[in-house]
Amino acid sequence: MIKLRRFLRDYKLQLIVGPLCKLFEAVLELFAPLVMAQIIDNGILKNNTDYVLKMGAVLVLIGVVGLGSALVCQYMASYTSQGAGTKIRSALLKHIGTLSHKELDKLGAPALITRMTSDINAVQANVAMVMRLLLRAPFLIIGALVMACFIDLSLSLIFFAAAAAIGVILYLVMTRSLPFYKKIQSILDRISLLTRENLEGSRVIRAFSKQKAQEESFDRETERMEKTALRVGRLSALLNPATYLVAYTAVALILWFGGARVNGGSLLSGDIIALTSYMTQILLAMIVLANLVVLLSRGSASASRINEVFETEPSVRELSDKEVQPILSAPKLEFRDVSFTYGDGDNELEKLGFSIERNTFVGIIGATGSGKSTLLSLIMRFYDASSGEILLDGHNVKSYPFSQLRSSIGVVPQKSTLFSGTVRSNMKWQDENAADEEIWDALRTAQADSFIDSLDKTVSQGGMNFSGGQRQRLCIARALVGDPELLILDDSFSALDFATEKALRQALLSRRDRTLIVVTQRCSTIAEADKILVLEDGTLVGEGTHRELFEGCSAYREICLSQLKAEEAAR
Amino acid sequence: MKTVKKILRYTKSQMFFYILAMICAVISVGFTLYIPVPVGEAIDFMIGKGAVDFDKILSAVIKIAVSIGLTVVFQWLMTYSTNVISARAVRDLRSDVFKKLNTMPLSYLDKNARGDLISRVTNDAEAVGDGLTQVITQLFSGIVTIVGTLIFMMSINIGLALVVVILTPLSMLVAGIIGRLCAKSFRDQQELQGEISSYVEEIVGNQKVVKAFAYEQRGEQSFEKLNKKLFKVGLRAQFAGALANPCTRFVNNMVYAATGIIGALTVISAFMGRLTIGGLSCFLTYANQYTKPFNEVTGVLTQIQTALAAGERVFKVLEAESEPDDSDKLTLGEARGDIEFKDVSFSYTSDKKLIEGFSLKVGSGEQVAIVGPTGCGKTTLINLIMRFYEVDKGEILLDGVPTSEIRRDELRKQFGMVLQDSWLFSGTIMENLRYGNPDATDEEIINAAKLSYAHSFIRKMPNGYNTMINENAENLSAGQKQLLCIARAMALDPPMLILDEATSSIDTLTEIRVQKAFKKLMKGRTSFVVAHRLSTIRESDTILVMRDGNIVEQGAHEQLLKKRGFYYELYNSQFADS
Repeated sequence: MIKLRRFLRDYKLQLIVGPLCKLFEAVLELFAPLVMAQIIDNGILKNNTDYVLKMGAVLVLIGVVGLGSALVCQYMASYTSQGAGTKIRSALLKHIGTLSHKELDKLGAPALITRMTSDINAVQANVAMVMRLLLRAPFLIIGALVMACFIDLSLSLIFFAAAAAIGVILYLVMTRSLPFYKKIQSILDRISLLTRENLEGSRVIRAFSKQKAQEESFDRETERMEKTALRVGRLSALLNPATYLVAYTAVALILWFGGARVNGGSLLSGDIIALTSYMTQILLAMIVLANLVVLLSRGSASASRINEVFETEPSVRELSDKEVQPILSAPKLEFRDVSFTYGDGDNELEKLGFSIERNTFVGIIGATGSGKSTLLSLIMRFYDASSGEILLDGHNVKSYPFSQLRSSIGVVPQKSTLFSGTVRSNMKWQDENAADEEIWDALRTAQADSFIDSLDKTVSQGGMNFSGGQRQRLCIARALVGDPELLILDDSFSALDFATEKALRQALLSRRDRTLIVVTQRCSTIAEADKILVLEDGTLVGEGTHRELFEGCSAYREICLSQLKAEEAAR
Repeated sequence: MKTVKKILRYTKSQMFFYILAMICAVISVGFTLYIPVPVGEAIDFMIGKGAVDFDKILSAVIKIAVSIGLTVVFQWLMTYSTNVISARAVRDLRSDVFKKLNTMPLSYLDKNARGDLISRVTNDAEAVGDGLTQVITQLFSGIVTIVGTLIFMMSINIGLALVVVILTPLSMLVAGIIGRLCAKSFRDQQELQGEISSYVEEIVGNQKVVKAFAYEQRGEQSFEKLNKKLFKVGLRAQFAGALANPCTRFVNNMVYAATGIIGALTVISAFMGRLTIGGLSCFLTYANQYTKPFNEVTGVLTQIQTALAAGERVFKVLEAESEPDDSDKLTLGEARGDIEFKDVSFSYTSDKKLIEGFSLKVGSGEQVAIVGPTGCGKTTLINLIMRFYEVDKGEILLDGVPTSEIRRDELRKQFGMVLQDSWLFSGTIMENLRYGNPDATDEEIINAAKLSYAHSFIRKMPNGYNTMINENAENLSAGQKQLLCIARAMALDPPMLILDEATSSIDTLTEIRVQKAFKKLMKGRTSFVVAHRLSTIRESDTILVMRDGNIVEQGAHEQLLKKRGFYYELYNSQFADS
């Protein structure tokens, strides 16, 4: 929680004024019993009705002023917490934006989403709570202690002992229960995971008639949740009674020793009333504090989850924000001895070296897991190569600002993802100033104009109102808008039938002022490429045209033959 | 209010703990309330210097000590019972929603956003539990406190007690007015929260695409707009909610002041009956206690409101229409595998016709291929055979029995299914492969993996067959996932097979091998194969050619080629430019 305090920086005024108002309210609240004691000692005992009425008016005044300052504090607390929450939300999203794929894989999207939503909400609620109550409670306690000192110094020792004892109880319960809250959170994550799985796999689960098994494993988790919640419940249920026990033991002691003081003439019975009611006040404040502590320990679990994201450093960093001038004489793209590994395991890519000339059509083919997609990720700097270098337009990709590098490349990812909005808003992802005509051009090239009648057509979340093939074509169109010089298609025809794919390919190739890289598993897709790169287990095993490779590269020949009849392939 | 009843129904089975909580509440609150009596007595025996009765004070202190002891024990028990009630209610609620999701027609699951359904199972159920704990605690101890303090106050001075009773509802009135004022801002806030959540789900969930398009900043800007709006609306809601507590507290402080003044005057002039100083002190303590439940209810009002809103969302799922119960329908042994479509019509939405008047007979052991351009409805037929969706008209017969007469589970068990979307659950590879056939031996599973060419890559994984597949199976490539799904179907050894673009993510070399394995597997089993690589289905007994949801041609490969129709066109386009 403390690590997030920087988000409160702009709220210094509120952070001071709010609790001060609370302090003032608390002070007033402390005066109320004092006034009442005065009423008893000076009013009732001396039969002074006027005094009673006068002090009664003071009580009312205290209430009104108290309300006013409470309202000021509430507003400050609302303003600060809501503001801090807003700031954390923005900052976290921004930070997630700087993370590279490696960190995103490690943290996982679902976890990031919970942090962005419910965790921040929990922290926000906690800030408000702290401002409203956590400060008020200690004020009341300290105030009651001070007042007790004024009334009788030696009796106030009982107060200090009680306050200390309650403090120890709070501390013990809190530290004991914190691990349970962490565990509860992790079970909740698991429950969420199981639900997600169950929804995603609904067809398979039903096909295998495994609903019962799914339900059983879900029930196991909910039962674990119940058990853990009850265990921590048993512990936190101790708080109130224990506090209560200490406070009323103290009251009993005050009566006993106080009686002696009254007998000795150093105290009046009104003072004893005041002392007992200060003790009750401490008790009430401590109970508030106890409940807050429980809430806070939950909130601090959220805060540490948020911090975990903030503390994750991107492994790929932007090294310069100066735009780079392309060297037109250099190849469009060049790999020099590039190796890459995701972790400590074997190299995913092994010493790749090749170059792609400007305005050519290059195909990359290889079996599942041969490293094709990894290769593409390196160009965009989603990951950095472990060794070797990659040059785009004659410059190392690391010397580009991210935005220049990534927006100069049109990419169609393997998974077709669209975003909720309209067709137009989706098409403007690459180039936000694209004109409608340009968008239509792209849609036509991508063979998507047949099912789009208006750019204002709604796109629902994930583009689920389109079929797989339609989504894929829209993703291709999206990459075409803005006319990027380098277009990369990562297995982007997989959901298209051959007729559509053919038409699309022809439309793409009709423009020869663009470098086109197509990753695929179908050789027909890239048969007419200027150059084909064949990958096998992360190494380059062939480079050349379809005809050359078919003659000279056994791996390529095998792939082709697996797809076409021999005579068709050789054509 | 209805939602309250529904939530409370989930606690019905915890009657024992309800009663226990109630009894504990009565005892602990009773003693809490009783304690000021000996305190007051003790003070009354301190008349002044030299006039303190220590024996009486001692007996008061003993009374106090005993009361504390009992209060502490029963207070703990009460809180614990409440925890039990709400923890079990949440457990049952979650379990029911989960079960409910499994009985829901797939159309419901396809239509509703997953994130939203998940959050109903997790966050909303949690909020219901939190609210429940609050309500039960407040309700029980609140009622007992109010009744108890009233009794004690009346026993001290009836007139003064009446003053308190008459004035207190004022605070409820104030709370009610504030509650109505902030209801709208709460709704607005809830709505905006939902909007933010789905935006985050999109932008963060697809962060890799966002990066590919260098869209981070623009994404942040749109988020900023929503976030600013949330700040405004949230501030309003929060402040409105925060008004309730100080306002009720103020009213209650006023009540306290009034009681004090009137009480003091009573002591002096006895105009409302006799009252001692100790009695007044005692009375004031009760007056304070009496207002506490009112204060506390307004303090947790937001939480209760959230719980109600969350409960409503949970019950919306629970009350949605399930697939009709079919436990009285037919069960099957091992099916022979004759399938007949009889004049079947179906569409997803009533305004867009899809399949109309489709008839087809498939003999046992025959292979049917379904081909056609993307989005032409190939998967629809599979949805109908498996009864993921129900036909609008006509019927589908299995071995002469309409599938609508057969229990859905029984029907589905007859098919081994491999889909384009490879779904695996988080667990070990072995557990995943054994999914359809829990009794299979390790050898059988490994054999199935070998048949589907998954064995070699599984062996290379860090822990072989015991490697954990993590969330989203990110440690596996799309092709590997698909191979595992195929192995899973192989391990099941079902009478019939459905392959819905089962090899779309596998490279062609592996595919050829897998196809061989499929061929072996399909021998003698009725099978339906959806494919877009036509080379793989040439030998099918029947090929259904679909276009725009309709079956436009059907027949064997050579037959269809001779026809020179749509199939001919499709087939040739595959090889045209090679």
